[in-house]
Amino acid sequence: MKLKTALMGAVATAALGQMAYADAHEGERGRDGEVKVIYWQAPSILNPFLSGGTKDIEAASLMIEPLARYDSTGALTPWLVDEVPTVANGGVSEDLTSITWKITEGILWSDGTAFTSADVKFTYEYCTDPESGCAQLTKFDGVTSVETPDDLTVVVNFGGPTPFPYGPFVGGESPIIQAAQFADCMGAKAPECTDENFGPIGTGPFVVTDFRTNDVIQLVANENYRQAGKPAFASMTFKGGGDATAAGRAVMETGEFDYAWNLQLAPDVIASMEAGGMGTPVAGFGPLVERIMLNQTNPDQSLSAEERSVIRPHPFLGDPAVYKAMSMAIDRPLLVEVGYGQAGRVTCNWVPAPAAVNSDTFTCDVQDIAGANAMLDAAGYLDTDGDGVREANGVPMAILYQTSTNAVRQDFQALIKEWWSEIGIDAELRNIDASVFFGGDPGSPDTFQKFYADVEMYANTFNGTDPQAYLGNGLCDKAPSPASQWQGENISRFCDPAYDALHAQLTTTADAAERASIARQLNDIMVAQGGMIPLVHRGRLSAHATSLGGVDLNVWDSELWNAADWYRTGDNR
Amino acid sequence: MLNYTIRRLVLSIPTLLFIALVIFLLLELAPGDPMGQMPLTIPDDVKQRMREALGLGEPWYTRFYLWLYQFFVVEPQYWIDGIFGTNFADGAQRIISFQSRSPVFETIAERMPQTLWVVGMSYIVGVGIALPIGIISAYKQYSVFDQAGTFVSMIGFSVPPFFSGVLLIVIFSVNLGWLPSIYDTTHQVVDWETMKFQFQQMIMPVMVLALQTTAQVSRYMRASMLDNLGQDYVRTARAKGMTESIVIMRHVLRNSMIPVVTVIALGIPSIFGGAIITEQIFKVNGLGQLLILALQGNDIPMVMTITFLLAVMIVMFNLIADILYGVLDPRIRYD
Repeated sequence: MKLKTALMGAVATAALGQMAYADAHEGERGRDGEVKVIYWQAPSILNPFLSGGTKDIEAASLMIEPLARYDSTGALTPWLVDEVPTVANGGVSEDLTSITWKITEGILWSDGTAFTSADVKFTYEYCTDPESGCAQLTKFDGVTSVETPDDLTVVVNFGGPTPFPYGPFVGGESPIIQAAQFADCMGAKAPECTDENFGPIGTGPFVVTDFRTNDVIQLVANENYRQAGKPAFASMTFKGGGDATAAGRAVMETGEFDYAWNLQLAPDVIASMEAGGMGTPVAGFGPLVERIMLNQTNPDQSLSAEERSVIRPHPFLGDPAVYKAMSMAIDRPLLVEVGYGQAGRVTCNWVPAPAAVNSDTFTCDVQDIAGANAMLDAAGYLDTDGDGVREANGVPMAILYQTSTNAVRQDFQALIKEWWSEIGIDAELRNIDASVFFGGDPGSPDTFQKFYADVEMYANTFNGTDPQAYLGNGLCDKAPSPASQWQGENISRFCDPAYDALHAQLTTTADAAERASIARQLNDIMVAQGGMIPLVHRGRLSAHATSLGGVDLNVWDSELWNAADWYRTGDNR
Repeated sequence: MLNYTIRRLVLSIPTLLFIALVIFLLLELAPGDPMGQMPLTIPDDVKQRMREALGLGEPWYTRFYLWLYQFFVVEPQYWIDGIFGTNFADGAQRIISFQSRSPVFETIAERMPQTLWVVGMSYIVGVGIALPIGIISAYKQYSVFDQAGTFVSMIGFSVPPFFSGVLLIVIFSVNLGWLPSIYDTTHQVVDWETMKFQFQQMIMPVMVLALQTTAQVSRYMRASMLDNLGQDYVRTARAKGMTESIVIMRHVLRNSMIPVVTVIALGIPSIFGGAIITEQIFKVNGLGQLLILALQGNDIPMVMTITFLLAVMIVMFNLIADILYGVLDPRIRYD
């Protein structure tokens, strides 16, 4: 009898142990079998330094990792280091010209060798080689040298005071590659290293076993991963290709895949897929904003190539009454409902996230056609010839409104054209293939940089949580022009000395609260002075199978940042 | 015949060089930029350096010459090295894709199996169905079978794959759950179980594509049979007391096949072009998907190489079709 009780007790203990594992999602590495991820844009290469594409960066983030990264709340989190260096903990020098990272002891590459500061230094040299054409070069802006006093210490020196020193080696775009693997791939030889570019050795939770460009990646758990019992999955299949609809269907309706990335689909399509019951959509909001840029220069096509969209001012768009009325006439909640559903929010700001830099100066969630009309009337823009279009100094207020070809954008164009016609502004619509519009070919008249139109609509964002570089897109000297081969990020050609001065102040301010305050002011100047009309704060919508646990959608870093923590839930284990 | 073949082969060389030049210039003059799909967060000057790293700083004739050299000299050297273990290539630069920075031919070789499996199989299935339909439809013109065949052909012609493919997925994958909606390109056929899975994942794309092939070929077959059935020699054959099967299968069919063979032969190169839309729908990720992604990404070396290989195939299969005429019809002699 006693023996029996003891045996039963043993069985019960074993069962309890199992249950404990189930609840805490812990256990041995690879216990949950296979996980299948689908990206409708297929990764082409697993070296983020040779491709700036999000799909490539995110796929590579399963293998190669940065020293620190942003978590799903946007907070900087130590990843391969003990702590994030700050001035307070002595990691950042008092004069803000250097940052010292302390690598966590015992981290191994997936091939079993030790991860050292030499690898970090090598990554810097690899990317900054003048012949390599590194896509992440801006991450190393201002860096003069990277020193390695010992195996676990990295000192990054900057040319001048750098209040935000978390550019190099932070975030999914700036991971560390293994020096031993890429030693022969420097500079012009970088593209020849196909095997290395297709299977980087990393410190991340997975290791590539088979990479087929633009098709599929097969991965297995990294046996040398630094956390015991992780990843829970023994293998991963990472399929690419197709379209967002098919990816959403494969997760939420047929259950063939566990995770689908970036489902840019109409809200009703998402809802009907969710009804399939196999998966759940998750949304997160980064700083991505769909906006209408207002041309500050004259895009008149009778002007010469040297003057068109170069000389200032625009015949009437620079008048606050005009751009404010145009903004008031827009029904933003309707745009959100039509275009993005749960993956969109109304915004009046250029920089709506992170929360600290989201200005609360403006409100714009109520359409006011009457108010807009009154504002234009008061400013003296009247329809004198009775054709329904107002005149400004005798010229009809007819504008060319261009954007890239995309179903949601064409819906927005049609709606906004209608609203603007109600306030006596006539918009001619134009859409241009995205590869041409965003292509940046100086020979093409249709690029968004050339801006041969009065207004244009697109979305832009920035990586990480610090908006300094992004706010730099409003500086006078960033305006594209023939002199710069039409390169430059200041698309609306906004120019205000006060803005430039305030931005210069931001580049020397270290205090986080102060930086956020300046960022809000810069945002307010840009919006109030008519650089752009923000429309929709766009989120990222992905979907995961109901049986996949541990997903924590991160819009500040790679979406796959915590793939090591993913597990199979409930009965599906 | 041999003289003729050699003459045609020699003549095809300038033709192909001219085609290569035209393709290259078209790509060169087309708007678009390999950096067009990069996120806006990458500044323009970095993009410019990336373009230079891709060799886009050179004038077009230098890049065209380089491509020709790589295609006709370097790549064959690598093949020879691969087969005989020699070292002719000696590390020379191969044709490198802008998107993946890997040799274009390796990617093409990787894509070939699924394209041949799916698109090639659909072509065989389609032709295999179309020929009997065409023959019977013509022999029993205006019968119920003929009407049904015409109806199916019309559906094949008029229903685009982006409709029929998605319809099949909704029925068989979403509602019934019988078949996978996403093709697994890594699947290896080793035994009956894996063969069964391969069959399951192939059947939908193969059927969608086969419907189109069937529609086209069966109409040609029917029209050609009808032309011949009314000829005097058919009446003569019947008058000589031949059985119906010999009249149809030996006399009429052989003569009717001449135009149909051209259609079938000229359709074969398109197999290697993959099926752009169908591959996208079923995520087969074969040559068609490779080509469309390369076009979207302005991956000039990849587009150039694939389209040029297609041009080579079309020229070759034209020649093969011409030679087959001679085999099928003894009256046709080229020398």
